[in-house]
Amino acid sequence: MRGTVTASAAPVSLGKADAVVGIQASARRARTRRKQLVWFGRVLLPVIVLGGWQLFTSLGIVDKFFYGQPSGIWHSLVTLVTKGTAFGSIWMNLWVTIKEAFYGFLLGTGAGIVLGLLLGQNRLLADIVGPYIKVINSIPRIILGAIFIVAFGLGTFPKVLLAAVLVFFIVFFNAFQGVREVDPNLVANVKVLGASPLQVARHVTIPSALTWIIASLHTAFGFAIIGALVAEVLGAQHGIGLIISQAQGTFDMNTVFACMTIMSVVTLLAEYLITLLEKRVLSWRPPSRSESAGI
Amino acid sequence: MAEWKPDSARIEIAGLTKRFLTPKGEVFTALQDVTFTVEPGQFCAIVGPTGCGKSTTLGQVAGLDRPSAGSVKVGGREVSGITKGISFMFQSDALFPWKTVLANVMVGPSLNGMPKSDAVELARDWLRRVGLAGFEDRYPHQLSGGMRKRVAMAAAMINEPQILLMDEPFGALDVQTKAIMQTELLGLWEQLRPSVLFITHDLDEAVALADRVLIMTSGPGSIKEAFDIDLPRPRGEVQAIRHERRFLELQDQIWASLKDEVQQAYARTAGAA
Repeated sequence: MRGTVTASAAPVSLGKADAVVGIQASARRARTRRKQLVWFGRVLLPVIVLGGWQLFTSLGIVDKFFYGQPSGIWHSLVTLVTKGTAFGSIWMNLWVTIKEAFYGFLLGTGAGIVLGLLLGQNRLLADIVGPYIKVINSIPRIILGAIFIVAFGLGTFPKVLLAAVLVFFIVFFNAFQGVREVDPNLVANVKVLGASPLQVARHVTIPSALTWIIASLHTAFGFAIIGALVAEVLGAQHGIGLIISQAQGTFDMNTVFACMTIMSVVTLLAEYLITLLEKRVLSWRPPSRSESAGI
Repeated sequence: MAEWKPDSARIEIAGLTKRFLTPKGEVFTALQDVTFTVEPGQFCAIVGPTGCGKSTTLGQVAGLDRPSAGSVKVGGREVSGITKGISFMFQSDALFPWKTVLANVMVGPSLNGMPKSDAVELARDWLRRVGLAGFEDRYPHQLSGGMRKRVAMAAAMINEPQILLMDEPFGALDVQTKAIMQTELLGLWEQLRPSVLFITHDLDEAVALADRVLIMTSGPGSIKEAFDIDLPRPRGEVQAIRHERRFLELQDQIWASLKDEVQQAYARTAGAA
């Protein structure tokens, strides 16, 4: 049926074919030009920002004592890596922070998913617990860190706990919403086909909510790092947060910025891994529905 | 395949009434004293203006919802819980977007406890029947609307249901695709002969497909009139039937009955707006 339609378009004259080639070539040129422009802009932007920073601090317009200096930050980075810190090597400290953030991330994500799925499916439970979740969510959670440090000491556990608390609410609300957004027709369909409540969850609810949950993991890991760092600043024996608070105490802004850079690299790497996971788990999805996926 | 259908495929609805509580706390009667019977293997269509409780009726037969009064019997037994041997088809495709075409069709047999290799075999066979061989590994979003409908049809038919409930299944399709899908549905129905309860607002569709057309009034929904469609079976191409004299006569008769309802429903919504 469709074949007859395309058949009429088949006999294209030679002149037309040339025109098509011409259009193609110019379209490709335009695309290459745009790509070059984008990359030029991408390189130019940090050159202006970092160069300007370096320039203004060198000229003394901006005080490098308070605001640091890119070259100084680089020196601090090199010193951190080669000479280590007062609290052991930078790698050991970084490992401590990553471990705390990662455990917190796992704990918070796990709890968020389980509770989100549970409350999303059970309206009665959601109505009972709902207001309290809102109340707890309105607590400034960073302050909880202070309580955790006092209650559980300077070890790993309070850091993991604070990271988990920060992660929990993000994942929880997404999982909850994901369950609520399930297509009721799909549920009716499998129910009629004889699915038990558990099978409804396995075939419909969980895969459907997974889109929302995975989307939340991007933000969640960033928050896990924040939780671990803040808890370390509040009190620790090891970790990047401790180095930061120590450097702040001695007005060593370059080291603060250096630590910030290290943690950004870690977060970027984690973000990359989560994107890989997302691509693998959500391979069924139509290709990028939103422009923001490209950023 | 199955010429003779046991009585278990008979749907008997008597005095069915369904009331809902609106968010404002008022009682809304969606269905009022609905009574009709679908004989085993019969293709029954319900036509009526939008919002007259057609879909509510289907939910009652499937056992997804309980009646406020009256009785719904399938195969002589009162419906309680999910009715066995039923398949549903919706206006939306109701396919799993995260499952491949093959996995989508396999859901029914898998839930019935069929071993996986047999289910794959059966699903492949059904995809061949609806003309989708070679598309097993695609995802629903990669298919056209008509192809998705075929997948939904295979998924609904694969369990060889005794009763097929269809809620405006072709409502969202373009006219040409709709006609093709209707012809294919008739083909499959003639092979399996399930009892069909087919909801539509398209009178032509109802007359072309069904043995019996019920007209439903709105606010509250109840059965106004029933027409037997004596067009011969097999009907063949749906598009060809539309030009037959008998088709036009029946269509005329039924439209006369339906017209008032549609106008009243329209006046109500226009008045409310």
